[in-house]
Order: sequence, then structure tokens, then C-alpha cells
Amino acid sequence: MPDGGRVNWGLTIIIAIVSLIVLVPLYFAIAMALKSPAQTGTGTGFNFPWPLEWGNFRAAWDLTDTPLAFAMSLLVTVIAVTGEILVSSLAAWSIVRNWHHWQFRATFLYLMLALFIPFPVVALPQVKLTSALGLDNPFGVAILHIMFQLAFNVLLFSAYIRSIPVELEESARIDGCTTWQTFRKVVLPLLAPIAATVGIFAFLQSWNDFMMPQLITANPKWQTLPVVQYLFQTQFTTNYNVAFASYLMALLPTLIVFLIAQRWVVSGIMRGSIK
Amino acid sequence: MTATALPPPGAAARAKRNPLGMVKNLFFPVAPAYLLMIIPAILLFTFFIMYPAFQGALWSFTNYVGYGSSKFIGIANYKAAFADPTIRDSYGFTLLFAVVACIVTNVVAMALAIALNAKIRWRAGLRTIFFLPMVLSGLVVSYIFTFILSTSVPVIAGVIHFAPLESSILANQHTAWLGVVFVASWVAIPGAIIIFLAGLVSIPSEVYEAASIDGASAWKQFRKMTFPLLFPFFIINTILTFKNFLNVYDIVVGLTGGGPGTATTSVAQTIFNGFFNGDYAYQMANAVIFFFITLLFAVFQLSVIRRRGGSL
Repeated sequence: MPDGGRVNWGLTIIIAIVSLIVLVPLYFAIAMALKSPAQTGTGTGFNFPWPLEWGNFRAAWDLTDTPLAFAMSLLVTVIAVTGEILVSSLAAWSIVRNWHHWQFRATFLYLMLALFIPFPVVALPQVKLTSALGLDNPFGVAILHIMFQLAFNVLLFSAYIRSIPVELEESARIDGCTTWQTFRKVVLPLLAPIAATVGIFAFLQSWNDFMMPQLITANPKWQTLPVVQYLFQTQFTTNYNVAFASYLMALLPTLIVFLIAQRWVVSGIMRGSIK
Repeated sequence: MTATALPPPGAAARAKRNPLGMVKNLFFPVAPAYLLMIIPAILLFTFFIMYPAFQGALWSFTNYVGYGSSKFIGIANYKAAFADPTIRDSYGFTLLFAVVACIVTNVVAMALAIALNAKIRWRAGLRTIFFLPMVLSGLVVSYIFTFILSTSVPVIAGVIHFAPLESSILANQHTAWLGVVFVASWVAIPGAIIIFLAGLVSIPSEVYEAASIDGASAWKQFRKMTFPLLFPFFIINTILTFKNFLNVYDIVVGLTGGGPGTATTSVAQTIFNGFFNGDYAYQMANAVIFFFITLLFAVFQLSVIRRRGGSL
């Protein structure tokens, strides 16, 4: 592992071969999505697709009502990302800066209880609660995403806030800033790196979540992408190629975001796990 | 996890120097702005998480079916749940799956992280490839693997006459759980690799140079240096992956639907079925049992950390 040594070609070849475990299923999904049923035949599905059958994407788009599901996923994700960053950064700052009061220490421990409550444990009463409130829709799902991540996010934010020197805030107050102004103008900009971490986690979790929207959202028309995939699965049995076109369209957004923002995703997960 | 550490020294003194932030209040002796920041969070959290949790716990002692009235029936639900083979099997599968998937994920991720940290060609590109599955929807990935495992693999196995895989492993109730382990690990390994890489980067390369000069073999270097230094990251990964694996749901739904029969029905799935089968209160009892099992594992893992000196 020393840097500056010779390239380890043996290991490079081994790891390149192992990487096929990731690449082959992805190639398979792409190849399947671009074939006609006749080209798939009774084979393995690994043969190269030619001529390309782009019509599968069109068919999948229409069959699963993709634009609506896409909009719903986007709605849930945007609310959850914004909400998680705002609610947990405010709560964490308030707690850390008032740590000398036992009320705030108790609040911190109280919020941390959620780390030990998995969704399946509270799912049934939560479904009743959200439907009684008229929140059996994407808004309710987004609120629950915010609430379930609150403990972990407050943990991340408070660990980070402790590393920010309080003198910066004090000088802002001497200049006449109120508590809110101090937060908005001094603290929030300093929190950008950890907010990016929280935001990335929130994005991946909300976008890919299947368990919560499936149970909480009553109207199938308002379902997010993964649930729509699930609801239409039975209709795909006649045409696997359309199914795979549809899978690819569901995977594409996170894939693209990852390839663009890889550095932040990776550093975010590192920060999230070690703090 | 040093989040519950003592307040920073001089915090009280600083607060006194800061008259704007110190409005004396009977209940919360701080500026109203601070309360506005935290109280909505407390109320929402209480209302959406703690209240349903307690309500559910209360229902588990009744014969509630999800609507209408109900009456208190003591611990009858718990007694029945402990005797119920469906529930027992779901715990059997979930725990077996979680333990095996946790071991597979950690061992494979550690090996891959060490390889991806070594002096290899195309390191950045290969890392990117191995990180990919992390961002993909577990349900959709399961659908892709359902086809591969139940159609493609048997065809290939038939061509090369490899009998064990000639029929779909997902269709056999004794092997289906292996498919779930494979796909769940496929999705979970990248996150674990990143955490191990974070640990490996923190090991100074001089340590290895010194070891190489002293003639330590690669295996000895791993056993005596890499593994001990990676151990805290190994613990973090175990906690994170095990907790997620215990709640396994979308991968089972996508891959096997809980079958064949009920061979791969997870605890989460069993609980959710309480909605559709009218055993609402009964499954709430199951949920309470599940909560305590989750808690037990968390406490056990935390005690291991504490025994190790616990500076995570």
C-alpha cells in the first residue's frame, strides 16, 4: 500500500475481473432494455442488442405513467432534503449552544431515541395517524422521512457545530445580529459541508424508499417511482424488455447524480459514518 | 460517538457575557429564538414518532383489528405471537439472513477496500464502478436480479452442465435466502467499502514501509497492522449494515415476494401484513417484540464498542 511504488498489475487484473459483478448486471439491464422480445428469445439475455429497440422506453414511459411518478418522487425528495437540512440544523444549533442547560441535553437524548425505532415497529399506527390527518400522500411521506432521519441528522450537525468556534457568532452579535440573523448569516454558511452530507443521504433515501410510500400513500396515482415499479410489475410479465426499459429509467436519476457528484457523495458518506 | 460529551469549557461564562442571548424564562432560560428553533422539532417528533410508538404498544394489548372498537385482552397477543410458526419462521429467516449478509458484506467490502487502496492502475475508475450499486433503488435492482437468477443463470448452467444452478435458486425454498443475501450484499457493499477506505487512508504509509523493510509478509501485515487499525471501522460497518439488514423489506419483495411459500418472508413483511389480514393488534405485539430484539442487538454492539475503549 505504500504510495510511489510500482503498479501492482496482478491486483489490478483481479479487481478488474471482480468489478464484473457490478458491471455485468448493469450491462444486462441495458441490453435487455434495448431488445425486442424476439431478440431475447429463450436465451440468457446477455447477447448484444442489435438492432436497438428504442421503442421499449416509449412503451414503458406510457405504461407506468412515468412523468407523474417522477414528479411525485421529486416532490417527496425536494421536501425531505430541504426539511431535513433546515429542521435538524436549527435543532442541532439550538441544542449545542445551550448545552449548559439540562433541558437541552435532555432534548438531545430524547431525539436520539429514534435511532432505536425502526420504521416497521411504528408503521401500523403511523399509517392510521397520517390517514386521519389527510397526510396519506407524498407530503406525509416526506414529513415521515424528515422525522425518521431527525436523530441521525441532529447527531451529524451537532458534532459539526461543536467544531465551529463560538467566537464567530459572538462577534456577529456584538455587531447587532439577532439570534436568527446570526444563524442565517454566520452559522448556516459554515454548515455547508455537513449540510451537503445530510442532503445527499436525504436524497438517496427519499428517492429510493419503497417501504414508507407503499404503506403511507393511499392513492396509487400519487405513488413514487419505486412503488410504481412494484405496482406495474405484474403487467410486465408479458414483455420483459419493456420492464427493463422501465427499470433503467427509474435507476437513471440517481446514477447520473452519482456520476456528477461522486466526490461529494463519497466524502459525505465518509463524514456521515465517522462522526 | 462523543456527542454526549461535557459542555465546552466556559460556555456558561460566555452566555453571561452575552446579554442578548439570555432572556430569563421560567421554563427555558434562553432567548425565545432558540426555543422557536427546537420546539417545533420536538413537537413534530413527539407527534409523528413517539405518539404512534406508544399507541401501537397500547394496541398490542387489545384485540383491535384496525378499525372500530377494541377491548383489552392482556398479553394474549404476545403468547400467540411466540407460538406462531409464521412469526417464528420470519425471525429465523431475518436473523439468519442478517447475520450471513452482515458477514459477507463486511468481509468482501474489507478485501475490496484494501485492494482499491493499493497501488493499482485505474484506481479512481475502478472505485467508481464499485461505488455504483450504493445509489440504486434496492427494489429495482432486485427485479433485475430476479430475471438474471431465475432465467439467465439456469440457461448458462445448463450449457456448462453445472447441476446446482440449472434450476432457479429463487424457486427452491432451501436456497432462495442465498439469493436475498447476494442481492442485499451487492447493494450494501459499496457503503461499507467507503467506510473502510476512510479508515485505510488514515493509516500512514510509513507504517507499511517499515513493516516491509522488517520483512513482514502481506498476510502478517494484514493481521498485525491493517486489521487492528481497521477494527473501529469494522464495528461501524457491522452496526450500520446489521441494523439495515434486520429491516429487510424491498429486496425480499422484489426478489422473492417472501417465497417460495414463506421461506424468505422477513419480519417487516410479516408486520405489514397485519394491515391486510385483520391481525392489526397481533402484529403490533410482533412489532414490540421486534423493537426489543433490535434494541438488544444495539445495546450488545454498543457494549462491545465500550469494551474496546470506544473512541469511535
